[in-house]
Parts: sequence; C-alpha cells; structure tokens
Amino acid sequence: MGSLTGWRGLAPGGVVVRDEAEQPHTGGWRTGLRPAVDLELCVDCLLCWLYCPDSAVRLDGTAFAGFDLDYCKGCELCAAVCPTSAIEMVPDGD
Amino acid sequence: MATELAPAQLLTGGEAVAEAMCQIDPDVVPIYPITPQTPIIQGFAKAVADGRAHGELIDVESEHSAMSASIASALAGARTMTATSSQGLALMAEVVYIAASMRAPVVMALGNRALSGPINIHCDHSDSMLIRDSGAIQLFAENAQEAYDLTVIAPRLAEHPDVLLPVLVCQDGFTITHSAEPVTLLDDAEVREFVGEYRIPYPLLDLSRATTQGPFAMPDYYYELRRQQAAAIEGALGVFEEIAAEFAEVTGRRYGSVEPYHLDDAERALVCLGSTAGTAKDVVDELRAEGEHVGLLKITSFRPLPAEKIHDLLRTTDAVAVLDRADSPGGEPPLYAEVAVALSGEAPELRTYVYGLGGRDLHPEDLRQVFAGTAPHYVGLRNDVGLRSEPCPA
Repeated sequence: MGSLTGWRGLAPGGVVVRDEAEQPHTGGWRTGLRPAVDLELCVDCLLCWLYCPDSAVRLDGTAFAGFDLDYCKGCELCAAVCPTSAIEMVPDGD
Repeated sequence: MATELAPAQLLTGGEAVAEAMCQIDPDVVPIYPITPQTPIIQGFAKAVADGRAHGELIDVESEHSAMSASIASALAGARTMTATSSQGLALMAEVVYIAASMRAPVVMALGNRALSGPINIHCDHSDSMLIRDSGAIQLFAENAQEAYDLTVIAPRLAEHPDVLLPVLVCQDGFTITHSAEPVTLLDDAEVREFVGEYRIPYPLLDLSRATTQGPFAMPDYYYELRRQQAAAIEGALGVFEEIAAEFAEVTGRRYGSVEPYHLDDAERALVCLGSTAGTAKDVVDELRAEGEHVGLLKITSFRPLPAEKIHDLLRTTDAVAVLDRADSPGGEPPLYAEVAVALSGEAPELRTYVYGLGGRDLHPEDLRQVFAGTAPHYVGLRNDVGLRSEPCPA
C-alpha cells in the first residue's frame, strides 16, 4: 500500500477515479481452484459473464474471451451455471 | 443589475417554493408526500403535468427512498430537489448523512413540523434539530418571501465546487407553508440565469471517467473524509454571503447568515430562527417606541452556524435570551447551547427559553415577558411557574 493521503488531498466524498486508483489484484485471494474452459463446448451464451460476481469473465464483443485470473476468486459460479459444462474447476497450479 | 420589480402576488410559503422549483426546473424530483410539505410538491407536480416544468417526478415509496434516489440522481449529474417534513425527515435522516458525506448537492424544502410523539402536524424545529449534525446546510426562512428567495439561492450554494452539500430551506409548517402573504417573484429567465447549469466534479454517468462513489472507508480514511466534510460546510458560510450578494444585485433583497435587527445600541437581545423573528421584530419596534433598548438577532443559517458573527453582534449587550423551538430533554436546548458557547467569556447574561412546541402559539405578550425577564423557561406552557425542573406528578 502506498502512503496515506491527508484530508485536503482527497476528492470530494472520497470519490475514487478508476484510472487513477491502485488496482489491487483480488484474484490473489482465490480459493485454490480456477475455472478452465473447453472452447469446443462453449456456445457464447455469456451466462458465466452475467453471473460472475467479480466481473472476471472477459468478452470480445459478444463472444466469450477467457477469464481474468487477476480478479477470479474461484467461487465456481461460472462452472455451476454453464449449460454445456464447458467450464470445470481445476487446481490453481495446473 | 437591478431590474424593475414585478408586483407582489399573494402566495403561501408552500406555493412560493413550488414556484421557485418550477423556475429552477430541476431534472429530477423524488418525492413522498407529508403534511405540511405537501403543497410544495403538489404545486410542482401540477407544473410538470401542465408542461411548465420538465423534471422527472419520481413517486417513491418512502422518504428513505426519496433521499436515496435524490443522492443517486444528483451524483449521476442531474439537478435534484425534494421536500419533506417531520417524520419524513426522521425516516430520511440516515440517508441525509450519506448525502452529505457523498457530497450530493440535493436541495430540499423542509416544512418544519414537530416530531412524534405525540403525533402532531404543526410547527416546531425538532425535525431540523434531528439532523443537526448530518453535515447538511440548513437555512431558515422568516416568511414566504424568504422561503422563495432562499430556494432560488440554494442550488448555487449546494452546487458550489467548494461546498457540494445538501441544502435544506426550512420554513415553519403552516405558519409559513400555508399562510398567504405578498411575495415578489423573479422572472423565469432571471431564475434560470441565476442558478445556471448544473455542474459537479465527478458525475457518475461520465462514462469517459469511471468512478467509485461512496467508497467504504476504514480507520485509515474515515476520519479524513469527515474532516473534509466539516471543512466544506464551514466554508459554506463565506460562499453563502457571496451568492447572497449576487442575489441582492438582481433583486435588491440582501440576505446574510444572520440578520441583526436594532442591535447597534441594544442592551437586551433575542435570538431565534424562522417565523418567530417576524413577531419579535414587531415587539422590538413596540418596545423601542416605549424607549427600551432592545434588539433581535435572527439566525438564517443554522448550519453552518456563524458563531463569530453571533459573538461580534451580541457581546456588547447586557442580556441575551435565546428562543428554541425544540427541546433537548436532559440537556440544553440546541440553539441556546451554541449561542452560549459563542458568547462564552463575554459579559451578556444568557437566558434560555423553549417555546412553540407542536405548534403552540407564541404571542407578542410572551416576548414582552421574555424581554422583561418574567417569562418562564417553557414559554406558553400552561401552569408553569418558571422552574426548569419540577418533580413529575405520579
């Protein structure tokens, strides 16, 4: 963590501007499991994108484009909602 | 530039503030009805229905939602106004604190009404005092004209880049909201020009610059953000004077954080908020005609409180009587406590009076007794003998 800012240096109400803020990689807290995808089975329904509580599913336009492991916490929701079982959870190291 | 003044119209305070809202033409008005505020929003809703005002009126399910929606819309980038009274403000209170901390410049009309219980619909200032420490600005009007004028001033104050805080324009329920008196209105164009465009530094809907609004603040930042908020409302005193001076150029009507009335050579002075100042001015005039050196200090800006001005204007008097239209059971009445601190170490003898709870009338004779030093602490209370603490009957 950087040095702390005094009250005069803070934006009104503590507003945080995304592009100026430190982006902590919360994927570092992951459970030990990460999602892996079989693209042969993926039908781009984007349910995983819709359900992901950490916005860790990447899109290319309206197509599924993988997981952002910097933010994935391994909650398994994507694997649970995938209608074609294209997503399975695998140990983080694999 | 002073323009030729339009002839006065006969309007209630509620109608006058509804008229100010039409002229300001806010983008969003989330609202829940409550007496005695209802005529304000009724007048504005009619103007929207008639096509004269263009704001989005949101009929929310409670005052808690009204203030929540107001914060969201003000921070999204839309000029936002609302109105409430009494229990409505009590239900809203949690969110008023959040509006102030998120620096949401919401303008709210408040028809001051006693808090329950017992349930009552008439005026006192207990609703205002409930959110005294919320960080919201509170301006008190003496009459319908002031309620209108302060409402026109309020968006400029709320939205000033050094302020960015909710502003309440408080008018005594029924006494002002429902009493018709002559009110001089500005032209629609004059009001539009005076309030200008709505601008805030970080509109949430500015998609070119994504922001987090109202972030969680742990012990490492909560304290700093509270200090920042306190500095903003302290600075609002000077900003109010600047905007009021500009308003005076347009209208010839000059407002200040306080209004001294015959204080220059006063030996005894009253301090009060709201419509009581009108009665007090009459009593001061009568006593002056009888040769007594009496005066009045009306507080227009209760939050922020101009403590230095209060000190400077009252320190040369012999006695100061502070009239509170709210009580603080088990402690000192709120206005009295603050005036006493402002004058601490100075000569005037201080006296505290509570009056008018739940709409109890205050008569000129009551104020004569206050000036004479013969009034009881609870002015206008039946059978009171002047003691503050009496044993409660079994």
